[in-house]
Amino acid sequence: MLDLLAGLVRELRAVGIPVSPTEHIDAARALGHVPVTDRPAVRAALAATLVKSQDHVAAFETVFGLYFTAGPAPGFDGLDADSLDGLLHRALRDRDRLTLRALAAQLVTRYAGMEPGRPVAGTFYLVKTLRQVDLDGLRDRLVAEASAGASPLDARLAAEEYTARTAEFRTEVEDEIRRRLVADRGAEAVARTLRRPLPEDVDFLRASRAEVAALRDTVRPLARKLSARLARRRRGHRTGPLDFRRTARRSMSTGGTPMEPVFRRPHPARPELMVVADISGSVSAFAAFTLQLVDALRSEFAKVRSFVFVDGVEEITDLLRTAEDLTEVTRTLNGGSSAVWLDGRSDYGHALATFAERWGPQVKSRSTVIVLGDARNNYHAPRVESLAAVAARARHLYWLNPEPETAWDDGDSVIGQYAAHCDGVFECRNLRQLKAFVERLD
Amino acid sequence: MVGSPRFGDIEEVTALLKGAGYLATPAIAGTVYLGDRLAKPILVEGPAGTGKTELARSVASMTGTRLIRLQCYEGLDEAKALYEWDYRKQLLHLQARGDGVDEGDLFAERFLLARPLLEAIRADDPVVLLVDEVDRLDVETEALLLEVLSDYQVSIPELGTVTARQVPLVFLTSNSSRDLSEALKRRCLYLFLDYPTQEREKEIVLSRVPGLSERLADQLTRVVRSLRGLDLKKRPSVSETLDWARTLLLLGADGIDPRVLQETLQVLLKYQSDIATATGSLGELAP
Repeated sequence: MLDLLAGLVRELRAVGIPVSPTEHIDAARALGHVPVTDRPAVRAALAATLVKSQDHVAAFETVFGLYFTAGPAPGFDGLDADSLDGLLHRALRDRDRLTLRALAAQLVTRYAGMEPGRPVAGTFYLVKTLRQVDLDGLRDRLVAEASAGASPLDARLAAEEYTARTAEFRTEVEDEIRRRLVADRGAEAVARTLRRPLPEDVDFLRASRAEVAALRDTVRPLARKLSARLARRRRGHRTGPLDFRRTARRSMSTGGTPMEPVFRRPHPARPELMVVADISGSVSAFAAFTLQLVDALRSEFAKVRSFVFVDGVEEITDLLRTAEDLTEVTRTLNGGSSAVWLDGRSDYGHALATFAERWGPQVKSRSTVIVLGDARNNYHAPRVESLAAVAARARHLYWLNPEPETAWDDGDSVIGQYAAHCDGVFECRNLRQLKAFVERLD
Repeated sequence: MVGSPRFGDIEEVTALLKGAGYLATPAIAGTVYLGDRLAKPILVEGPAGTGKTELARSVASMTGTRLIRLQCYEGLDEAKALYEWDYRKQLLHLQARGDGVDEGDLFAERFLLARPLLEAIRADDPVVLLVDEVDRLDVETEALLLEVLSDYQVSIPELGTVTARQVPLVFLTSNSSRDLSEALKRRCLYLFLDYPTQEREKEIVLSRVPGLSERLADQLTRVVRSLRGLDLKKRPSVSETLDWARTLLLLGADGIDPRVLQETLQVLLKYQSDIATATGSLGELAP
């Protein structure tokens, strides 16, 4: 049991979840208090002691599933394909969990065609199994049955219900496949193939659609956290000069002896932010995320203005606040705006020149300008002098580049030429780096 | 110092919690059980209104013990959380006694004002200590809690160390408006309370709102789940679901149709823009 725990902890650390030795010891102690045969109890004990952040819960679930696999389910060996289908239909409708688990096992045995020792990831078998079952068709059938004669609201609720149930079944099949892979190859080998980065380590440029959606969900909580931190730091614990009036007043309760002096609070000026983002295809996910994050933080700055460009440039401050998400913004922009000027390929030179010309005079000594983009200029003229003009007026000019630092100045990237006029160029490939940057802003 | 365990096994915790009107998942019951057995505080995190504070309250009521609550806020300091010397009383004492006061007299227990943390430590009877919304504390003040949470003691320079006579069951709640320090997290067991599944929420509604038909409970929890799937500023919490259930019961609604939904949506959603989003999404279903 302790070896198993050690393996689990090692794997959690490999994924990036920090598990301290104290927590490891706590987990071992906790295991002594729960019956080892009670899987949910063991799970609760380990989750409570090893995982200390909501972001890490999902990763823990996966790893736990690998190291503490559930026992095999009873089979339906004798049935033919049609009666299996019927059974699945009925089990999904009645939400019969036991039957569903058994069915998952049976389907995997029958259709996945798992070969021992073959080093493929579980997804391959998952696709193979589910291709034979047509879960979506089954769901549609169930929805149609449930919503016949029902009100539109009920029909919609039924649709959501069955989508959730089929998703549950899918997970069940996934678990079953994983269980068998572990039995075949051992937990550590499987864990290596399943290792996925934590949300904060996902590379913006390589994020899959699901990862982008997950990232978007983090914008609001993250903005709240960051703004709490910025507010706290700005207020700081530096105190201003003595507030004589309030000190005298407070001394009344101690008979005129000033026991607790009161100080004035400092009121530091809030900076004004101007964010200029490249939204051409390659870096749009990064730009969308950053724009939303910075805009959500606007209460912490005197003013936040957002601009986007491809080869022309356009202000989207108001658009960003009314629109649901950035896909809508992009759509609006494509329908006749000046963000796209010529051919829809990034032209930093022209975009920056336009920005300097139209909004340059509004950049003041209190403004911080942030440029987002990979500085891949498609071999257009970089027109560094416009950036220099903006930099001369602004308090700070920062450049965030979503590409790894090793790729800078490679090919058509001209980041080096721009960097000479920036107060700082930062590599910003994932949430962790972005967070660190925003925290330092002032 | 370790007291006798309060609970025999996890099933007992589940049953007791149920008796107190709190439906616990295995994870919740297991964590409470371990918190007691390992004598460790429990850090409960999750979105607002998922029953974090309620859990502490239910644990206190099911064990029949006193609940001592420390509500955290920005600017809370040790004078408000741990203890304070009552200097007004000390001053009076000085004036009354004139010259012959020796310093030891001034720092006696009778001049000590116990604040929640010290009170929980000093209590003779077993207590449940709830440190509510610990994420609102300043980072520096968080350190105040560490001694209390790991060793169940408070050091007072003038008096010495006050050690717990019994180990209180400690709950800390957080809305994760900021990351808590590693030091604090390491000392705690962690429990993440998310929105309940539709089935569990239905049970919660049924147990908390007597007189509600099962069909209506089923329907309304499904609507709530559907609303949580939308992109809202503030997703409806469990307590709002309960409010809604009570509203529907009062109105005598026997089913949810788009009209009822529109009229009562403001019970569930607290932002005008959210209500607009929800009506926009569900409104198309109106006949």
